Amino acid sequence: MIELSFKHVSFSYTDVPALHDIDLEIAGGEMVALLGPNGSGKTTLIKLASGVLRPVEGDIHLDGSNLRQSKRREIAQRVAVVPQVFHMPFAFTLREVVLLGRTPFLKAFSNDGERDQQVVQSALEQTGIEELGQRFFNELSGGERQKGILAMALAQEPKLLLMDEPTAHLDINHQMEIMELVKSLNRKKGITVIGAMHDLNLAALYFDRLVLLKQGRIFVDGPPAEVLTAQTIREVFSASVLVMEHPSMKTPYIAITPKGTLAGQGATSNKMCAPLQ
Amino acid sequence: MLAKTPIKIALARLKPKRRTAVVLACLTGILVACLLLAAAFGAVSIPPLDIAKMTLNKIGLTHFSATWPATNETILFQIRLPRIIAAALVGAALSSAGVLFQGLLRNPMADPYIIGTSAGAAFGAVLAMMLPLSIAFFGFGLIPVAAFLGSLAAVLLVYNLARVGGKTPIVSMLLAGFAVSSMLAALMSFLITMNDALQLKLHSVFSFLMGGIWVSDWKQIAIIAPVIVGGIVIARFFAFRLNAFALGEEGAAYLGIEVERVKLIILALGSLLTAAAVSLSGLVGFVGLVVPHAVRLVLGPEHSLLLPAAALSGGAFLVLAELLARTLLAPSEIPVGIFTALVGAPFFIYLLRRTRREYAF
Repeated sequence: MIELSFKHVSFSYTDVPALHDIDLEIAGGEMVALLGPNGSGKTTLIKLASGVLRPVEGDIHLDGSNLRQSKRREIAQRVAVVPQVFHMPFAFTLREVVLLGRTPFLKAFSNDGERDQQVVQSALEQTGIEELGQRFFNELSGGERQKGILAMALAQEPKLLLMDEPTAHLDINHQMEIMELVKSLNRKKGITVIGAMHDLNLAALYFDRLVLLKQGRIFVDGPPAEVLTAQTIREVFSASVLVMEHPSMKTPYIAITPKGTLAGQGATSNKMCAPLQ
Repeated sequence: MLAKTPIKIALARLKPKRRTAVVLACLTGILVACLLLAAAFGAVSIPPLDIAKMTLNKIGLTHFSATWPATNETILFQIRLPRIIAAALVGAALSSAGVLFQGLLRNPMADPYIIGTSAGAAFGAVLAMMLPLSIAFFGFGLIPVAAFLGSLAAVLLVYNLARVGGKTPIVSMLLAGFAVSSMLAALMSFLITMNDALQLKLHSVFSFLMGGIWVSDWKQIAIIAPVIVGGIVIARFFAFRLNAFALGEEGAAYLGIEVERVKLIILALGSLLTAAAVSLSGLVGFVGLVVPHAVRLVLGPEHSLLLPAAALSGGAFLVLAELLARTLLAPSEIPVGIFTALVGAPFFIYLLRRTRREYAF
């Protein structure tokens, strides 16, 4: 269980502030999604929480210790980041990539300690890719690679898992598998999870708390039903959508309707949508 | 899947630590065999057994009675061995530097010269040739010293040009390296065109650029060997950080790497190894590009094995190349840099075609 707090945090890459006066408390074991349009500051917030960016103003505390004073290696022993799927420059096998997750714990000459190998094996098993261990990472499908990267993050044995668009570019089955996996890690191991998400429906289904960002500020923060309303989505994304209730989960469910087919743009309904004419 | 070569299948069965030990022991054996072979052949052939005995006597381990002509001993210790050891050192240094630069820059096209070392060394050497001085520092002429300093100065310049706001992005560094190299090459051509003294020394300029092992003095080796061996050993400590750099600078940072500091150390190590090699041999090309790739294709990209394996293989490769370069068309010598490219390129293409899947994406 790990606790993360942002106090009056501002950050800017150039003159334009990317995040402005962010106050955010995340308790240990929470599962929080960061939502918002492109450029609203989700990724910046993830990078600040991981310590690779330092706030221009304000402070970020991880379990009471200020990230500003923490060493990269110390942070990486507690916090893992799942970046978007990518390509490796050389022919690393999947197992070798997962072993990279042990980097924060390695000493100069001990890269295949017995314990490191066990952790890697268990990360491969948890993500269900143990039979792919000897395959080249670059030959795997996008979904398999993303599981591999998640396994790499798990090999860090993190208390806090940060994810930047973990389901981007994945098919619907892999999206579900990744989210189920993350959810079970959160539930069973108490790993605190923060994920930047574009898919509002996935976020509503798998996360307990949603933080909606607009232009570097927190617009709404709360449970899915409070955050995802037709009104907030219109105000933050400038998009008119229908917000319904998921038939079995009772969470908000967002439906896009092509322009011109919807009577009364931005109409809100909490019931199942009647078939359109 | 690993390509199904018998070596790979056999290696894959071994446990990682065992595997490293077996591979490095084999490569050390190959390097020693190459050294013996290179010491045996030349204008005068010396039987390998005599070489072994003479060397053991010299070290003081044994006292075999001399059954060989005394001249052989002089040829071996005063002429042949310094050259061969220098070749091994240069090959090891360039291959290790190649591994470091390719790993750090995530760029398979990177070689030890990519960020300006070669142009800096060449410019330094040409400047030294212009001077009517002949000073020797601990067995080194002015030219190798100037080449050594020139290559380090060029990297320092590139690094600082690419540095913005406390960071040195890799792409900026590659571009700055390209710009500085082009500028130095142009300046060098300008000097050669305008300076009469240099035009008389065109042959020296050319052989510096081609590369060749002209070492005939143990003093040079005594100075450079600790730099190169030390550099390779220190580089080995950074192997797991180099692995993390395969994820990119940001990915490495997520894994707890202090990216800018480690980048600076690896750059400094690679440049020092390259500059040390250049001071012994001029600009021997191709070794630093091809040996890391060849070793990676057979043993995989994991740096704790790749680094020492590339150093040993590179040493053996250059010792062999140097032997062939001086014996094939004896009594004339082919510059070893020409030879490395002539032999290395076809071998590399063969390896690439066998295992090109590993470079697919």
